[in-house]
Amino acid sequence: MDVNKNSYTFLFATAMVVVVAASLSFAATNLKPFQDTNVEQEKMQSILSSIQIQVERSEAPEAYGTYIREAIVLQKGEAIDGQDAFAIDLAKEIRKSDEERLSPLYIADKEGEIYYIIPLQGNGLWGPIWGYVSLKQDINTVYGATFDHKAETPGLGAEINTPVFEEQFKGKRMLDSNLTFVGIDVRKGDASTEYQVDGISGGTITSDGVEAMILDCVKEYVPFLKEHSGNTATAAIISE
Amino acid sequence: MADVLVKKEEAKDLLVDKQPKEPLFSKKNRKLLNDPLNDNNPITVQVLGICSALAITVKLYPALVMSISVLFVMAAGNVIVSLMRNFIPNRIRIIVQLVVVASLVALVDQVLKAFVYDVSKELSVFVGLIITNCIIMGRLEAFALGNTVWKSFLDGIGNAFGYAWILLAVAFFRELLGSGTLFGFQIIPDAWYLANGGFYSNNGFMLLPPMALITVGIIIWVQRARNTKLIEE
Repeated sequence: MDVNKNSYTFLFATAMVVVVAASLSFAATNLKPFQDTNVEQEKMQSILSSIQIQVERSEAPEAYGTYIREAIVLQKGEAIDGQDAFAIDLAKEIRKSDEERLSPLYIADKEGEIYYIIPLQGNGLWGPIWGYVSLKQDINTVYGATFDHKAETPGLGAEINTPVFEEQFKGKRMLDSNLTFVGIDVRKGDASTEYQVDGISGGTITSDGVEAMILDCVKEYVPFLKEHSGNTATAAIISE
Repeated sequence: MADVLVKKEEAKDLLVDKQPKEPLFSKKNRKLLNDPLNDNNPITVQVLGICSALAITVKLYPALVMSISVLFVMAAGNVIVSLMRNFIPNRIRIIVQLVVVASLVALVDQVLKAFVYDVSKELSVFVGLIITNCIIMGRLEAFALGNTVWKSFLDGIGNAFGYAWILLAVAFFRELLGSGTLFGFQIIPDAWYLANGGFYSNNGFMLLPPMALITVGIIIWVQRARNTKLIEE
């Protein structure tokens, strides 16, 4: 058999591609459920981390059940029914128009205190960045924040998921004295007020991405949360 | 004339028949396993695969997972290419090797994501980059294409271990001196730390890639000092 004939070469290449494609898709299909579980657990872990609860990934589902009292979906500033908040892909939602956009909101009950957890999604320098920010019951003070990224530069933009950066957000405010939503300003090294945090040197574009992401995502919730703010029975109203 | 030729052929056949079958771990085959560990180490002697050796050796556990992944890709890749070596069209042999390596790596990536998710996140792009690890393509092209399956398997295992022990050695020192732990377990007693009134502090520099390069350099230095075969004239 002449293995260097053109026809043989074509045949070989075709057969090889078919075999490889079949075996890889077989493996991928069979491993998908395991991978999905991991991703889900990690999401729960991040949500919990934003209300300052650190758990192992394998323990996340149980802790999630304990602390997360409610997960609702907002559209045009109103709570709507028939949507699974946890399953919403925020990366798709942020590209939709304001009318169509769905925004999941998690309500946590930690040691008798109610916290609102807002998922964030935006763009860094190289790819998507995302995170969760939790607000205290005054709908203004940040209780905790956690960020993650797909492909930011290690040592620079990737530093947004380090405790050093995340800790800064604790106690910052989102609303100014007139209760207008202003978000949190990520500064270049001169953060001084309660609306500002220090960005990451060498990670300016990622830092700007965090700022834009907070502005863009949290604004969806402000009218809804304001409506229920100052009301001690907030959680009760929302869960009705 | 023709008769002589035929006789010669017969003689050759006889010779071949008389040769005893090579034992599985003959001296030659053992050399395939041992050589890459020291005399012909892919990292310290051939200086291949350095990129991942620098990137993922901050901690032992990811280094171990990386080593196992490379071991699998290398052994399986060598065996598959060796099995197909007489059927691969010469003109597309590099493409065939790439496809074999790439699909094995894709498989490893999927398995890691399913079963050791956190490590797979830590290794991130470096799992994918196993495809471009020169050690693997080098062994496929230089060895597996021209040798039998068993020999190629040993060669793959040998080179993977040669890669793995350097990786683990570097990670051992970086994790011990940089974080005071091994496989995540605290080794340096808590009381030694400055924060607890002791005298010791972790060397943060060990966590940075340049220290991996220096550690590899020190290993090469020690190896060359001990192994006279490697000393150049």
